[in-house]
Amino acid sequence: MIEIQGVSKWYGSQQVLIDCSSKVEKGEVVVVCGPSGSGKSTLIKCVNGLEPFQKGNILVNGIPVGDPKTDLPKLRSHVGMVFQHFELFPHKTVIENLTVAQVKVLGRSAIEALQKGHALLERVELKDFSHKHPGELSGGQQQRVAIARALAMDPFCMLFDEPTSALDPEMIGEVLAVMQDLARDGMTMMVVTHEMGFAKNVAHRVIFMDQGRIVEDATKEEFFGTPRSERAQTFLSKILSH
Amino acid sequence: MGAFDFSVLRPSLTFVWTGLQFSAFLTLIAMSGGIVIGTLLAMARLSGGAFLSRAASAYVNLMRSIPLLMVILWFFLVIPILIGKPIGAERSAIITFTAFEAAYYSEIMRAGIQSVAKGQVMAGYALGMTYWQTMGIVVLPQAFRNMLPILLTQTIILFQDTSLVYAIGAKDLLKATEIAGKNYNRPMEMYVFAAIIYFAICFTLSTLVKRIQKKIAVVR
Repeated sequence: MIEIQGVSKWYGSQQVLIDCSSKVEKGEVVVVCGPSGSGKSTLIKCVNGLEPFQKGNILVNGIPVGDPKTDLPKLRSHVGMVFQHFELFPHKTVIENLTVAQVKVLGRSAIEALQKGHALLERVELKDFSHKHPGELSGGQQQRVAIARALAMDPFCMLFDEPTSALDPEMIGEVLAVMQDLARDGMTMMVVTHEMGFAKNVAHRVIFMDQGRIVEDATKEEFFGTPRSERAQTFLSKILSH
Repeated sequence: MGAFDFSVLRPSLTFVWTGLQFSAFLTLIAMSGGIVIGTLLAMARLSGGAFLSRAASAYVNLMRSIPLLMVILWFFLVIPILIGKPIGAERSAIITFTAFEAAYYSEIMRAGIQSVAKGQVMAGYALGMTYWQTMGIVVLPQAFRNMLPILLTQTIILFQDTSLVYAIGAKDLLKATEIAGKNYNRPMEMYVFAAIIYFAICFTLSTLVKRIQKKIAVVR
C-alpha cells in the first residue's frame, strides 16, 4: 500500500531524512516512533506529498508521490491525514468540516455528503455536535471530528501525525479508542506517536527513527521484546519507565 | 455665525444628493474591485513564484509611494492617450481608485493570509483540495474575517479620499457642494454642510468597525 524507497530530504544543507525505506501493507498498522527531531513527522508528510523530498521514491497504491506528473490533489483525496493540532476549519461548523471536501473535491451531492458526515459523527460519538464550531469542542472531540473528516473521503489508508500529542491526558483515551476501532476494521494506518500502549495493543509493526534514519523496522513483538539497536533500547527504557 | 445662511441647503439638496451618490458608488466599486485585485496581488506576492511575486510587489510599492492626487491626475491624462478616446472624469476616477486602493488592500490581505496557520493550508491540501480550493475554502474566508476591521477602516479612508476627484472635475459630494455654493453664493455654508455629511458617514462607519472588532475578539 505504502512503499518508501530510499527517501532522503534536505532543508537547505541540513539533511533531515537519510535513505529511509519501509513498507506498509494493506490492512497493516505501523507505528513510527523516535525522539523529537528524528524526522518521523517529516517522513509521514512526505507520504502524501505535503513535504517534498529530493531523493528516493514513495509509492502509495502504486502511484509515485514524488513524480511531478502525479495528480497530487487526487492522490491526497484518498489518503486520510490527521494532524497534531487537529486543523479543523474554525470558520465552518463540524458537519461542514466533514462535508466540504466530499462535495468540492470528490464531487458528491450535498445530501450524500451529509449522510456520510452524520454517520461518521455517530461513529465517533459526536452526533449532537454537528452544528457547533470546532472552537466550542474539547481537544479530544476536535481530534475525533478530524478523524471523521478524513474518513469521510473513504481513504484507502490513514496517516496520523502525533494525533494525541496536543491533548490533555484525560482526552488521549477517547482518540486512541477511535483509532483502535479503525485498526480493528482493517484500515491501513501509519501512525507517528509516542503512545507505546497503542503500539503494543494495535500495531503490527514498529518503525524507530533517530536523526533522520530508520534505525529499527520490526514486528511489534521483536521491537518490544528484543530491540536490536542500542538507541531503540535506551529510547524504550526512557519512554516506558514513566 | 450670524452671517451664516443655511436656507441655501434646501434648493441644493438634490444636487448634493447626486454628488453623494457618486462618492458612495465610487467607494463601493473601488472597495470591491480593490479587495479582489488586492487579494490576487497578495496571493501573487506570497506565491513563491519569483516573477509573479516580484511583479506584484513592484506594483504595490509603486502605488504606495505616489501621492493619490498625482495618480488621479496622471490616469486622467494617460488613459485617454492609451485607449485613444476620452472616458470622462467619473470613469477615470473609478479606474484610478480601484487600481490605487488594490495596493493598500493587498497589504492588508497579505497580513490576513499570513495570519492563517500554516497547518490549515496543509489540512486543505491533505483533503485533496487544489491551491485555489484551499485558498477559497480555507484560507481567504479566515483571512478576510481576521482583517475585516482593518479592511473597513481602509474603506473609510477611501471614502474620504474620494473627495480628491474634484481635481479632475468629477461630480462627487465635495464638488457638488462646491458648485451649489457657487450657484447660491454661499460657499462657506455648503462646505460646512459637506463636512457634516462626511463626518456623519465616517463616524457611523468607525463605530461599526469598533463593534465588529469586539465581536471578532469574542469569536476567537
